[in-house]
Amino acid sequence: MSSRNPRLMIFFTALVALALTLVPLPYWFAVLRPAFLVLVVLYWSTMVPRGGGMLLGFGSGLTLDVFEGSLLGAHALALSLVTYLAIRLHLLVRAKPLFEQSLFVFAALMVYESMLWVIDGWSGYPLSTPTRWLHTLTGGLIWPLVVGVLGRFYSSH
Amino acid sequence: VLGSNLDRPLYGRGPSAGLRFTVCTLLSIVLMYFDAHGHLTQRLRYALQGAAYPIQIAVSSPGLAWQWLTQSFVTRAELRSENAQLRSQMRDLQLAAMREQALERENAELRGLHASLPPLIKHWQLAEIIGVETDPLRQRIIIDKGADAGVTANQAVVDGNGVLGQVARVGPWSSEVILVTDPSHEIPVEVTRNNLRSIAVGNGGELLLPYLAANSDVRDDDLLVSSGLGGVYPAGLPVARIVGIRRDTGPQAGQIRAQPLGSVTRDREVILLQFESQNPDAPTAAPPLAPDTRATGSARPQSGTTGASTTHPAHATGTTSHAPASASAPGAAQSNTPGNTAAGHPAPSIPAPPP
Repeated sequence: MSSRNPRLMIFFTALVALALTLVPLPYWFAVLRPAFLVLVVLYWSTMVPRGGGMLLGFGSGLTLDVFEGSLLGAHALALSLVTYLAIRLHLLVRAKPLFEQSLFVFAALMVYESMLWVIDGWSGYPLSTPTRWLHTLTGGLIWPLVVGVLGRFYSSH
Repeated sequence: VLGSNLDRPLYGRGPSAGLRFTVCTLLSIVLMYFDAHGHLTQRLRYALQGAAYPIQIAVSSPGLAWQWLTQSFVTRAELRSENAQLRSQMRDLQLAAMREQALERENAELRGLHASLPPLIKHWQLAEIIGVETDPLRQRIIIDKGADAGVTANQAVVDGNGVLGQVARVGPWSSEVILVTDPSHEIPVEVTRNNLRSIAVGNGGELLLPYLAANSDVRDDDLLVSSGLGGVYPAGLPVARIVGIRRDTGPQAGQIRAQPLGSVTRDREVILLQFESQNPDAPTAAPPLAPDTRATGSARPQSGTTGASTTHPAHATGTTSHAPASASAPGAAQSNTPGNTAAGHPAPSIPAPPP
């Protein structure tokens, strides 16, 4: 694959990630399922910060809102925040070894889920279970794989 | 052109990332505000749900294709055995239906009606599940029927075994159904054995009865049916079976759990129901006797002062959406004696008999 038109690639990979997010799974698989779309947004925001930009984060978040039926703007806000952090810190993160990147991704996913949790509470939906945080762990663990797979679609050289 | 732009340094051209982030944040907050308080986003939602439909179909297509494949390669022997099974099932149902007609006539006579009642279900349609969301906080399904098929919000959705939930949001070609097991969903129920009423709240996979005291008369394996209050589900639809009562002390003391009878994992097809408003068992969404029932509803507290056991549960039916709250009051819920079981199926067209 070439890096001639990364925007097309970004769109394509985001679509695949959305599909992976929506595929019905048995209970425990669904609980442990990483937030694929967030991971893909994080990848493109750190590797090609100009490629998707804030629009990628905001648009993906809005898409998640529509598909998950949540308050319109909730995922958009959380994902915008994470995208902004990734774009701001992309030089710092990109240079780190994969293990440290995983830690950063874990932190970013925690920020993302905390934001959603806070919005849930504000909008009069204060129910919560500890299982909602599990995907941040699996997301961090799967990050090297995400880098490996998405790296095939994009190489900076 | 794009490629060359992408290689330029990040800073110094176009609006800064910070400004874009601020714009995105403000936009999100405005959207959330209108989605929570106003109806401005209704149309936007409707359009977005329409746009989402192709992707939902695409995501569910591998499952559908696999199902089609396995179904088209079923052996003759399997089909024959399935056929035989369906035949015997049909015979059972025919016998039950025969008995039901007689019962319905008898019921009408007991209620003092000379003409038999119109059937409860006016119209039903099948819909296929194209998306399932079953994490502990959100129990929803997406079905492939929307506004163009006449689906309306708050329609009851069932499968062959019991209540699944109700339509939460309608899109052009698809709708979102909130399951009874969703934590934000509550369904007014009644224990069939003793007409004890309460509200079953979703718990992400099963149901809880948080408004029943631990010493109330429920047992394992009791059947819960919808009580007809609340204006969405008609009286008498099977909902769940009690599976566990914690009578010990501890953080979960007094917890009463119930396993829903309807399931979205068994079958891909669900049934959307529309009810005949003339039938007394139909949900009382728009009470035809609003002034009358309101009067009896306000008389309730006075009768309650003389003795809780004289409170007639039928009086609670007129107050539609507020009815579950009043029915869940410990006094009202436990005052159901076997003597006034007839009140379990309130008839809006007939005034409740004086006790």
